Amino acid sequence: MRLFFASLLTFVLAAAIGLGATWLTLTRGVAFGALTIGAWTARPKNGSVDIDPYARAIIARSGELPTGTGDGVAFTATTDDSGEPLDGRCSFVVTGMTPVARYWTVTLYDPQGRLVANTIDRHGFTSAEIVRAIDGRFTINVAPRARPGNWLPTGGVERFVMVWRLYDTPIGVAMRTTREGPMPAVERKGCS
Amino acid sequence: MIRAALWLLGALLLGGIVHLGTVLMLPRAAAQDAYSRLAALTPVNKMVALAAPTAQDAIMPFMDPAFAVAVCRYDIANGPLKFAAPVSQAYTSVTFYTRKSIAYYAINDRAAGRRSIELDLMTAEQHADMPEEEDVTAADRLIIESPTKTGLIVLRALAPEPGLMAMAQRALAKAQCRVEAQ
Repeated sequence: MRLFFASLLTFVLAAAIGLGATWLTLTRGVAFGALTIGAWTARPKNGSVDIDPYARAIIARSGELPTGTGDGVAFTATTDDSGEPLDGRCSFVVTGMTPVARYWTVTLYDPQGRLVANTIDRHGFTSAEIVRAIDGRFTINVAPRARPGNWLPTGGVERFVMVWRLYDTPIGVAMRTTREGPMPAVERKGCS
Repeated sequence: MIRAALWLLGALLLGGIVHLGTVLMLPRAAAQDAYSRLAALTPVNKMVALAAPTAQDAIMPFMDPAFAVAVCRYDIANGPLKFAAPVSQAYTSVTFYTRKSIAYYAINDRAAGRRSIELDLMTAEQHADMPEEEDVTAADRLIIESPTKTGLIVLRALAPEPGLMAMAQRALAKAQCRVEAQ
C-alpha cells in the first residue's frame, strides 16, 4: 500500500515538474543562440533548419512564421536599455543607427503579436520614410501622445514589444561583436 | 529517508522526460500553427494574397505591416511545383516553410539577380528522378528541395511608404505557383 501511494505521488510530482518546465520555457522563452545588442535580441537560427526544439514549439503554439535567414533578421525589445519593461503609458526615445541593411522596419506589437491600436493607424516605420538628422542618425519618439518628428503611438497599452527587422543584411548567425551591429538605444523619458 | 530521496530523484528524472516529450510533441499537436491558420483561407497550389494585418485582426501574429504578403500552400506529392514572381520596385523576398513552420530556404530579389524570381520546388526523390540532360538545361533555373511534401511559400513585397502598398500588391498579383501535370 505504501509503495502504491509513493509511486502515485512520484508520478503526480513528475507530471507537475515536466509540464511546469514546459510551460515556463515556452512562455518565457529560452535563449539558445540569441544575439543580444543593448535592449535588442535576435535569434537568427529561428529562420533556418537549425532552429532549436524550444523555438519550434513556441512558433507552433503562437502561429507565427519566423523571418527566413536569407530574407532578414528580426530583433525584439521588451525592455528599455536599463531593463525597465516597455509600458505604453510612458514615453521612450529610440535613437542611433542600425546595422547595414537594404531596408529595415520597426513595428509595435502587444506581447501576443497583435499590432498596437491607435487613432492614426501608425504601427511602425520603414527605413525609407523615417526623418533623419544630417549625420544619418534618427530619433523615434515612442509615446502615447503626439510628438513632433518620428512619432510612434503606443495607444497607452500596458505592455508592448518593438520588433526591428533588417532585410537583406549581412548581420546574422556569424556576427559576434556588438561593434558590427550598432542597434538603436532605447531610453525612457517619463510616464504619464 | 534515503527511500524518500530516491522517490524524489525518480520524480525529477520522470519530470525531465515529460518535459522533453511535451516540447518535442507540441509542434505535431499544434492546431493553431501558421499552416493550419492558412489552410482555412487558401486553396492548394495557388498563390493567394493575404489581408494586411490590422490592430483588430491578423491572420498570424507578428506580421510586418509594411509588407504585402501572398502565400502558396503547396502539396508536391503529385509532382514538382513551378514558382515565378516578378520583382517589385523596392524589396521582394520568397521564404519556404515546411508544414511545421520551419523556414528551410529564403531568397531575395537581389540574390535572385533578375527581374523575376523563378524556382522549381521538388522533393529529394523527384530531384533524383529528373533525367540527366534536363538537369543540365535547368542549370539556370533554381531548384529547391522541399524536406516535406506540404508546406508554405511566402512571397513578401515591401511598401517603403504606406502610399506604395498598392504597387507592392500589384507586383504580388502576378506571381504564380502551379504543379505541372505528369
